[in-house]
Amino acid sequence: MTDQSQPRRSPMTRLLLVLVPLAAMLGAFVWIASLDPLRGFNNGAPPVEALTVERTILDRSGISLRVRAGGSEAMVVAQVAVDDAYWTFTQEPAGPIARGDAVWLRIPYPWVLGEAHNVNLLSNTGATFGHEIGVAVSTPRAAWGQLRFQAVIGAIVGLLPVALGLMFYPAMKGVSRSGMNFLLALTVGLLAFLLIDTISEALELSTEAAAIFQGSAMVWLAALASFLLLMALGRWRGNPEGIALAFYIALGIGLHNFGEGLAIGGAFAAGSAGLGTFLVLGFALHNVTEGIGIAAPMLRARPTLWTFAALILLAGGPAILGMWAGSLAYAPQWSALALAVGAGAILQVMVEVTAYLLRQNADRQAALMSPAVLGGFLGGTAFMYATAALIKI
Amino acid sequence: MPADAGKRGRDVSANVETSRPIEPHAVETGPVLASRRALLVGGLVAASGAAVVASRAQSQATQDLTVGHDMSGGAVDPYLADDSGMAHGNMTMVGRVDHSRNGFDPTAMLTDWETGQTEVLTDGRTLRTFEVDAIDMEIEVAPGVFFPAWTFNGRVPGPALRAKEGERLRIIFRNLGSHPHSMHFHGIHSARMDGITGAGLIGPGEEFVYEFDARPFGCHLYHCHALPLKRHMHKGMYGLFVVDPDPARHPEHAAVAASRVLGSPENAEWQELAMVMNGFDTNFDGENEVYAVNTVGQVYMNEPIRIDKSRPVRIYLMNATEFDPINSFHLHGNFFDYYDTGTQLTPTLRTVDVIMQCQAQRGILEFSFADHEDGLYMFHAHQAEFTELGWMAFFDVQESGA
Ligand SMILES: [Cu+2]
Repeated sequence: MTDQSQPRRSPMTRLLLVLVPLAAMLGAFVWIASLDPLRGFNNGAPPVEALTVERTILDRSGISLRVRAGGSEAMVVAQVAVDDAYWTFTQEPAGPIARGDAVWLRIPYPWVLGEAHNVNLLSNTGATFGHEIGVAVSTPRAAWGQLRFQAVIGAIVGLLPVALGLMFYPAMKGVSRSGMNFLLALTVGLLAFLLIDTISEALELSTEAAAIFQGSAMVWLAALASFLLLMALGRWRGNPEGIALAFYIALGIGLHNFGEGLAIGGAFAAGSAGLGTFLVLGFALHNVTEGIGIAAPMLRARPTLWTFAALILLAGGPAILGMWAGSLAYAPQWSALALAVGAGAILQVMVEVTAYLLRQNADRQAALMSPAVLGGFLGGTAFMYATAALIKI
Repeated sequence: MPADAGKRGRDVSANVETSRPIEPHAVETGPVLASRRALLVGGLVAASGAAVVASRAQSQATQDLTVGHDMSGGAVDPYLADDSGMAHGNMTMVGRVDHSRNGFDPTAMLTDWETGQTEVLTDGRTLRTFEVDAIDMEIEVAPGVFFPAWTFNGRVPGPALRAKEGERLRIIFRNLGSHPHSMHFHGIHSARMDGITGAGLIGPGEEFVYEFDARPFGCHLYHCHALPLKRHMHKGMYGLFVVDPDPARHPEHAAVAASRVLGSPENAEWQELAMVMNGFDTNFDGENEVYAVNTVGQVYMNEPIRIDKSRPVRIYLMNATEFDPINSFHLHGNFFDYYDTGTQLTPTLRTVDVIMQCQAQRGILEFSFADHEDGLYMFHAHQAEFTELGWMAFFDVQESGA
């Protein structure tokens, strides 16, 4: 059947064809609302209440909490008790907190350095929402010195290891076919570890976020969306390989490092600033592999020095940005979102590197099952796992 | 939440909903991640050898010590002016309770004795009749915090019933609430009048008449004895039951007895106050969120009790606090005599400033501010936790007529 066989419709008719179902839909919603189908379930029970503490700031004015309401209706914070003592507080903005909204609670409480404090928020229905401050330390201000200090830390855990990894490039240049396969598989292996690590961290963060953000669904959907988007983008002009593929790997790792930076920055904002030298070293060692992974697909190309600089910035730089963003505006849901996007990017890179690896070999089946590839993959995951365990407390 | 979950279900689900996002903050840092990020967070706190930030941490330490310290350091404290907002005077509830909405005012409750209706029986004795209704009612126990209470006569504590030793008492009890209730009196009476199952425990819409003689004299209580006992008690079903001594029966202490008889000329000398120490578990987790005297947290802080210093003070004090085994009463700047259970006319404790009462324990406190200078004299539970969760109060001591 062709277009010509369909009767021609006037614009008016076509408009009507849209308006009629629209009107019907509107009518149905009004009808459902007027019917109040849930009325039968109403047993007089008070609304379900939920309150999530997203940020905690301790300074000389006391304790500030950013709390988000997630109940079935707007809710009221009636009283605040700190360490089992009712305390004055102010709320910005004042009034009932609508579902999904966040407010700042300012509590002029003389907290004690290094000790634990318990904040209990009482709603007007008498429900309580506890928030534990495990170790009270002053929250650093986002001053210029602070940001610079964070940039240094970010460079040490982000830029430096990627650069160190890329320094293996000349040595890798002359490897054999199977050596090449090993390196690419190693890249996929380390990415596999990062994928699992990133997803599990995103999921964990999402449980700390207000229910309204629908934690795990948000994480999975964001990861899937970023994966598909980057796949489409990457395949815009054929299969990425060589330097282009290296950039995709750098982007995926960069997004992961951004999420990492967010969490570190959040920790700074929350007052746990004091990064041990040992930990910084552990991180650097852990992330050196990322540089090796980025270099692997470029071994046949002729990258310029600028390419390396750009790759280092793309893969490691986001760690600094993440630290800044995390220390200035930390919230678990945004960190989870950033990590989820990173996970999608990592998955895309895994697919592309695997495809590249297969294209490099005439007999794909045999190459995939070769000792070099299997060994590389396992070696990549094992190395990441081992260095992660080293720096875990 | 399930549709069949009642009032209790509300609070449980509220907690379930929220404790998950909030509790995992084992360290306060916001995100505490179990993976390699965790070492950053945990490590930051733990790693004392953090060369990178050693100097920074130090500067924080000096700064924080000032914050954490008591603000009473005076002019020595360089941060005092900056931190004026953090003085301990901030330890208070925010806002005021609307007494008219509650339908009862704790200040009025102090002197609001319920004496019922009296008539003379054929044998010459007095028959005193009280009417008490059980009513479900939401009350404001702290500013902006509402509690679904079960009440006697729409107030918590219930009416302070007052009779005289030897009288015949008749209490007409109507259950207008949604659950079975009773009135169990601490006193001497028959098993049939005990207020337990089969002896005056009645269902919604029913009525029961308790009858017994008013004895022994003293400071007693009544409460609902329906099961589960904890819930019926802590939801507000208790009140004072005071039996004044008959001076004729106690010739050796006739003057003291006469001073306790409500309405007698000797009694007019005294400032008598009814106080019931209680607490409210607003989230039904078995611990009280609000402690108070006469229900409303901090009410006598916000509205100090006026005391005419030329007249002695007598407090009928009772502990109706659920979930905590003991409550206490401490008076600032003064000492008092204590009559445990009020069944004696001579003090059981002389010149004390703190007494403790177990659940349902009660007694009479007598003291005077005659030789004191005017001012606000605090009284409170000496469990600091109870104090800071609402059970603290002031006497505003002034010259008579001031
Ligand atoms: Cu009852």
